[in-house]
Amino acid sequence: MHTYIARRLILAVPAIFVITVIIFAAMRILPGDVLAVMFSDEDGFRMLREADRERLLDSLGLNDPLWKQYVNWMKDVFTLKLGESFWRGDTVMETITHRGPLTAEIAFLAIILAWIIGLPVGILAAVKQNSFGDYVARFFSILFLAIPNFWLGTLIVLVLLLGWHYKAPFGVIHIWEDPWANLQIVWGPALVLALSQAAYVARMARSTLLEVLRDDYIRTARAKGLAERWVILRHALRNAILPVITLSGVLLGFLLGGSVVVEKAFGVPGLGSTLVVAFTERDYIVIQNLVLLYGLIFVVLNLLVDISYAYFDPRIRYS
Amino acid sequence: MAENPSVLVTAPETGTTVTEYTVGVLRGLRRFAGKQPVGTASGVVLAVIILVAIASPLIAPYNPIEGHFTAINEPPDSEYLLGTDRVGRDVLSRVIYGARISLLVAFVAVIVGDALGAMWGIASGYLGGRFDIYSQRIVELLLSFPTLILAMVLLLGLGAGVFTVIVAIAITRIPLSVRVIRSVSLSVKENAYVEAARAIGASDLRVMALHIAPQCFAPWLVLVTAQLGGVIVLEASLGFLGVGVPAPTATWGNMLGGAVAATLKPEWWLVIFPGVAITVTVLAFNLFGDSIRDALDPKLRGNT
Repeated sequence: MHTYIARRLILAVPAIFVITVIIFAAMRILPGDVLAVMFSDEDGFRMLREADRERLLDSLGLNDPLWKQYVNWMKDVFTLKLGESFWRGDTVMETITHRGPLTAEIAFLAIILAWIIGLPVGILAAVKQNSFGDYVARFFSILFLAIPNFWLGTLIVLVLLLGWHYKAPFGVIHIWEDPWANLQIVWGPALVLALSQAAYVARMARSTLLEVLRDDYIRTARAKGLAERWVILRHALRNAILPVITLSGVLLGFLLGGSVVVEKAFGVPGLGSTLVVAFTERDYIVIQNLVLLYGLIFVVLNLLVDISYAYFDPRIRYS
Repeated sequence: MAENPSVLVTAPETGTTVTEYTVGVLRGLRRFAGKQPVGTASGVVLAVIILVAIASPLIAPYNPIEGHFTAINEPPDSEYLLGTDRVGRDVLSRVIYGARISLLVAFVAVIVGDALGAMWGIASGYLGGRFDIYSQRIVELLLSFPTLILAMVLLLGLGAGVFTVIVAIAITRIPLSVRVIRSVSLSVKENAYVEAARAIGASDLRVMALHIAPQCFAPWLVLVTAQLGGVIVLEASLGFLGVGVPAPTATWGNMLGGAVAATLKPEWWLVIFPGVAITVTVLAFNLFGDSIRDALDPKLRGNT
């Protein structure tokens, strides 16, 4: 087990190196640069002379040879400085520590809510297969799989606007500053993300539980007179839960991407909205560091999911 | 198959006429309709959406890009059935034209991406060895970004447009397709007929194209139909974020994104209708994909 974890970690290092190269390359092949966005001649006049442009490119480090730019970025990553936004004075590190907690909170709440809603619904639907409740549960899980989460978010915002004079949050409020105000910012995105994930969890829990309930050992458990409740909770659920955990690994990817979209829908100033703004502003330094961060989180979460298989299923032993 | 064994006997005959073939296809469709009523209904809905997309110039009441400056931000009425947006464009016409982009992107991106992934997966599974190891590493790399973020990064490099959105989404389809088809290829290559083909001197390329690929088609079709709905959401998400197909071209995603970005308080008809269009389409694709999977998966056949 320990050697497995160690090997996975060692294998992740070259992968992450290649990821940084890919991100860096994608940032540099793009036509037009940050200055073209900063000083577009949209309104018929140009604000930059050629000499000014060169001077600015120099000061931003964009005139250095590519390898040097890459080395500088890596230096920044390892010293955790992460450079500065082209547009604003703040460093990327400040942005991450300031806005990151909000996104992390949304993701964390979403996963917990998804399990709290999805698992019982899936279990009930499986235990009472083909009942009215089962049909209702299946209808809603199919529906919530189809509704795009940014639309659901926009709809909620619309209802709040019309009914409760909702205002999009203007700034970041951390949970340790004002828990109530903080909750008001994060509940919407978390709920929207949770609903679509709960639909996946319920569907998967239902189908695996149905399969497991046909197994011989379940018949044995019932035959020895065990209460149905314990047959489900102690015996069936244990084996049925593994694919649901696998699925959660897949869902984490949706969650990272989904938080970007949902934060935009609610106007929540988390990392996701920062990333979107950076994309429209061609703010390389911000983009490359945030995308690297998302990639790292994704790789680590996948690793944790793989390790959790071994924990929950003793048949799996990584040698 | 079991209910009509004579089909097996007559099938090898070479002289099948067109009418016989049509009858066969119709019979297959009827059987599908009998076993998969939900799948059939969603198939019909999809057919309608596809027709609307193809015939949008004939159906749409107005030009989707042209603004009517006398009718700005008008709620739905008899003149503009679904209202107009902030520059006076007819929402109904934009929703109808939006179907074109959504379906075009979804079909082309999924089919091209999954086809590339399938070829790669077949080669990776069949050839094995070093090629397989390296390609698995590359697939893992592609899988180490969340899909939406990978598509955004690719679009940043490629620039925004219909074609580049298709390319970016197609690339995000490749890794899963490689994985699925590789595993099929691995099991198919153990068959005796593959060995026989190699024994009589068939080249690797010939074996892969004529003996492995046909066996991969059913799982590939399941993969494609399962992904179409998700890709429609992905394309709409990119549009919503303002990094997908750029305005003024009407797409469901950028209609929603435009409505939200323009004001703090978007009009309800600008939010409801594009979203309903996305949801109905995705729902139809998902249900249709499920029924295709049930119909093609021999393990599930008969007990649903």
